[in-house]
Amino acid sequence: MAKMTMVEAINMAHAWEMAHDSSVVVLGEDVGTNGGVFRATVGLQQRFGKARVQDTPLAEGLIAGTAIGMAAQGLKPVAEIQFMGFIYPALDQIASHMARLRNRTRGRLTCPVVLRMPHGGGIHAPEHHSESLEALLCHHPGLRVVCPSSPARAYGLLLAAIRDPDPVMFLEPVRLYRFARQEVPDDGQALPLGCCFVLREGSDVTIVTWGAMTVDSLKAAEQLAADGVSCEVIDAGTLAPIDFDTILDSVVKTGRLVIVHEAPRTCGLGAEIAATVTEQALYDLLAPIRRVTGYDTIMPLYRLEHDYIPGVARIVDSVRTTLAE
Amino acid sequence: MSQQQIVAQFEIPYRACLDGDGVPLGALPAWVEDAELLRRMYRMMVRARTFDTKAVNLQRTGKLGTYPSCLGHEATHVGVGAAMHADDVLFTVYREIGTKFWRGVEMLDILLYWGGDERGTRYQQSPQDFPFCVPIGSQMPHAAGAALAIQIRDQRRCAVAFIGDGGTSQGAFYEAINFAGVRSLPLVCVIVNNRWAISVPVVAQTAAQTLAQKAIAAGIPALQIDGNDLLVVRDAIGDAVERARAGGGPTIIEALTYRLSDHTTSDDATRYRSAEELAAAHRLEPIARMRKFLQSRGLWDQANEDSLKAACSEEVDTAVKQYLATPKQSTDAMFDYVYAQLTPALRAQRDEARRYAALAH
Repeated sequence: MAKMTMVEAINMAHAWEMAHDSSVVVLGEDVGTNGGVFRATVGLQQRFGKARVQDTPLAEGLIAGTAIGMAAQGLKPVAEIQFMGFIYPALDQIASHMARLRNRTRGRLTCPVVLRMPHGGGIHAPEHHSESLEALLCHHPGLRVVCPSSPARAYGLLLAAIRDPDPVMFLEPVRLYRFARQEVPDDGQALPLGCCFVLREGSDVTIVTWGAMTVDSLKAAEQLAADGVSCEVIDAGTLAPIDFDTILDSVVKTGRLVIVHEAPRTCGLGAEIAATVTEQALYDLLAPIRRVTGYDTIMPLYRLEHDYIPGVARIVDSVRTTLAE
Repeated sequence: MSQQQIVAQFEIPYRACLDGDGVPLGALPAWVEDAELLRRMYRMMVRARTFDTKAVNLQRTGKLGTYPSCLGHEATHVGVGAAMHADDVLFTVYREIGTKFWRGVEMLDILLYWGGDERGTRYQQSPQDFPFCVPIGSQMPHAAGAALAIQIRDQRRCAVAFIGDGGTSQGAFYEAINFAGVRSLPLVCVIVNNRWAISVPVVAQTAAQTLAQKAIAAGIPALQIDGNDLLVVRDAIGDAVERARAGGGPTIIEALTYRLSDHTTSDDATRYRSAEELAAAHRLEPIARMRKFLQSRGLWDQANEDSLKAACSEEVDTAVKQYLATPKQSTDAMFDYVYAQLTPALRAQRDEARRYAALAH
């Protein structure tokens, strides 16, 4: 079996589902002839035709809104927003309609839409191309927000997202697109939404993270293991609605929690996780919860991006701090 | 040296069938010979107005929430409904009672919606139609998406979208018509120019001479019509619907009408427009005009009018009784449709809401 990158796995998941479900339609800017700016949809238009792989005009609000109309007519649109920093014009459609159509029609009309978008920084991209805005989306009831952290999880979670009857925001960590290769069987097997993935078992401290930060968290755990510190690393996988059971079970076991995310700290998803763990497992905690996050600054242009993105050193230090408390 | 030449020129035609007194301005479309259709459309306008009057009164007496009256728009709304086929799909703003009624939406549904109950969007007779769209202009991409789905599946149907004069200032409007034009989507867009976007008149909304001409930038055929003339509305929209269904692409039609009511029951239009302007607009309202036309053709008389009004009042009263007798949803209703399946966290919140609701009773 060939090893493949995350972006190739994403492409393969599209192709599997389009081949097996004629209602799946891809749309977005440059997704057809060009195969997407990251090549996630390469070859799909040649294989499935222009009717099912639609190059849209350059308007994110239109892409999101059009997907709603298509979904309500029985199609399953998989739409690409070129970078997460460009999600703002689409937010009106996402928040005002996509997230609530099921509720406001008592289930008569629904939105089985997937909006895919590159997430985060680290690839020396221009301004507005490196944002981590998952908290904006997680705040809206009715949406699922998913963020894979490996080629295999990208394949399985994207299949699940397309098959889900509700709108799914699918956040693809840009610096993992071609970061590592992995064997991914093209078997059409979806992974479950709404479940965390325990990537490394441990007993001293729980690290909860997602997306590209899972790589740094695993490296930190490896480094700490050399010093005899046992970290459990949990990839949240689905950020909304999030699987708190797995996180709470782990915290009860380890008594310590470090949350790692690339997005700014204030009102980030880490705050929600910390609050919930405090509400439900305060007396199992042996030390205060710590957050390792992006700073509350504008995402810098690329010369400083790796000073902004939390790295292994900051994660290791936070784990050591929590162990010392 | 430079040289200048005209590279493109455009025209916006204007169409009307009747003058302000219901007198034909010329030869009428052949379908106007269908007397039963004419009476049915007229009855629907009266039905919408009777309902509308009652809805405003219900709000005034504290029995309905904020309500946007359709007074004066009846010809545009009913004409569009009568031009559509049952399998077309409708996207409205929030005032188009006449179109919804034509497509089988019940009075009870409208009352429930403005009475604060999501069950008012069930639309059992037109299950593909979208509910009212409150964020202005945001329905347009949905209509383009439905039209795209129809085109992808090669169906002989179309999407019909309403938008107001104020709505044509929104980016979503331009984005959607641009897409409809470039893809030749089966979409009919009806711009209801009722002259006022709450307190802002059209002249303060745009320097464009007509709203119809906004279609030209999208490469879409456009037309302006008398939106208080039921015959021309049904005829012009009918042509556009048939063309869209046959694969001929989109049309944008600007219907000139007038909002005779306040914007909603929360508004007071005397703050921004004159009594003289309102009185002049009343003289052009659509229902009296259509009645005169029907009477002139011997298709309607006072006895018809009296029995219609009695029937409409009775129907409205029945719907109001049903509405007032409808118990509010249980608190579970907040949670049941957030996702296809209840999540564990939502189940806990649902149970909390249940406990507090039980305490309150």
